[in-house]
Amino acid sequence: MTSSAGIVARPQVGFNVRRLREDFPILRQTVHGKPLVYLDNAATTQKPRAVLDALMAYYSEDNANVHRGVHLLSERATQAFEDARATVQRFINAASTREIVFTRNATEAVNLVAQTFGRTRLGPGDEVVISAMEHHSNIVPWQMVCQEKGASLRVIPITDEGALQLEEYERLLGPHTRLVSIVHLSNALGTINPVQQMIAAAHRRGVPVLIDGAQAAHHMTVDVQALDADFYVLTGHKLYGPTGIGVLYGKERLLDEMPPYQGGGDMISSVTFEKTTYNALPYKFEAGTPNIAGAVGLAAAVDYVTAIGMDRITAHERELLAYGTTVLSEVPGLTLIGTAPDKASVLSFVMDGVHPHDIGTIVDREGVAIRTGHHCAQPLMQRLGIAATARASLALYTTREEIDALVSALHKVRELFT
Amino acid sequence: MSDLRELYQEVILDHNRRPRNFRAIEDANRHAEGYNPLCGDRLSLYLRVEDGVIKDASFQGSGCAISKASASMMTDSVKGKTLSEARDMFGKFHQMVTGNADPLANPERLGKLAVFEGVRSYPARVKCASLAWHTLRSAVDAKDEVVSTEAE
Repeated sequence: MTSSAGIVARPQVGFNVRRLREDFPILRQTVHGKPLVYLDNAATTQKPRAVLDALMAYYSEDNANVHRGVHLLSERATQAFEDARATVQRFINAASTREIVFTRNATEAVNLVAQTFGRTRLGPGDEVVISAMEHHSNIVPWQMVCQEKGASLRVIPITDEGALQLEEYERLLGPHTRLVSIVHLSNALGTINPVQQMIAAAHRRGVPVLIDGAQAAHHMTVDVQALDADFYVLTGHKLYGPTGIGVLYGKERLLDEMPPYQGGGDMISSVTFEKTTYNALPYKFEAGTPNIAGAVGLAAAVDYVTAIGMDRITAHERELLAYGTTVLSEVPGLTLIGTAPDKASVLSFVMDGVHPHDIGTIVDREGVAIRTGHHCAQPLMQRLGIAATARASLALYTTREEIDALVSALHKVRELFT
Repeated sequence: MSDLRELYQEVILDHNRRPRNFRAIEDANRHAEGYNPLCGDRLSLYLRVEDGVIKDASFQGSGCAISKASASMMTDSVKGKTLSEARDMFGKFHQMVTGNADPLANPERLGKLAVFEGVRSYPARVKCASLAWHTLRSAVDAKDEVVSTEAE
């Protein structure tokens, strides 16, 4: 496999955001006659040329189905797909590629665990602990399986600043707790949860933990072994990779005990009409032709951020978050939502007398793309007593000038509404 | 800024700041709930209907400027109308904001409501303008369920 990688780790001297922006063709455009200021990175990130090239090269040169063919293209496609798995394994420091299951996205990865681990481990009276800041994708799959099994959800409360109440968490962990499933970095607030400490607390009681890393893996170094996470889910499209590819990490011992998720090709080792023997890990959980190009693209994205250096990306975004926090706070009538001490990449806010939806429309006309709404976290919005927020979210290519553009667009909002 | 003014006309901003008929009606005999799951906006609509005529109309709830102004102006404009006239207005309004209106049809038939014509250039905001009207249709048809902008 020579082509699909196509990524040469480019020497980086310092962190040159101007030069990095040149890697992202989409950022060069204007919208409504203004330079695009893309601040909706928590929804999805833009893709560097390296990812686009990897997708093009895969489909132009190597495309074939994986794992079964004896011909050269199939061997190359299989190699590219399995190389991608190894890239992800190294990226999150999993012990083995058997622990890396490709899914469609983080949501499917949570559903996979709920429908396999959940369905076999949960019974009447059992409890799953989640938190008040979960995305719907880490609420609904558990609700579904709890309802089916007579189990219930327990919810870790949050402070007004948007931090988990850890003493309440410890209290919720009890004899009926079968699983803890919490978000690493909140999509609506930017809060970074102390997951290592929370995993240790659960493990002291023998309770396994799933971490929803959909928002975390592109902002900070994730080491699943250091965290001692039992399951960790992430999604490719927030990590500068393509849509339609996600990852479930699971400890081999747990994955081994779990029944398959979906039936079909690739997840079997032999089938007769009487009995089917399931394939080895991770293929047991990968029924049907997988998103091969997606995996190749995700690996290119991982290589891209690794070449830049995750520590540098974290530092750049931290500096921007501090800057954004300061300048947004100075906008009259603006209140930041989510001010936990440990946070990253997300600036959620409301403005007096202006609904977030109106903010979104007005700043869009200034070229600034932000998210408005409940951010798929309706219970969180209820807890905070608001219907919605406006949210600007950062990426490695975000600049101070873009945050200034947001602030100046917000002054236009004020102008129109007062 | 100028094209934004087509959406956020002064009349709309005024109704947003000071919504008319923003109250419950004690002796309402028609009531419907509207919900836009995309933005979480909720609207309660109250009607007092006598002999097939809307004698009073009001609303409560939270929403963006477009949805609030739309509910405010709608409740003003349906007062004194028959139920069938209100249904007819729903159709006309819906056509206007979704851009399906016959260009030859004169927009002044919707009177003041023509200020919402600019919404058609903002596809993401059409549902904000039409939430109140969907809710009205539900109240007029005396349906009890919550009407959603996603049910079209």
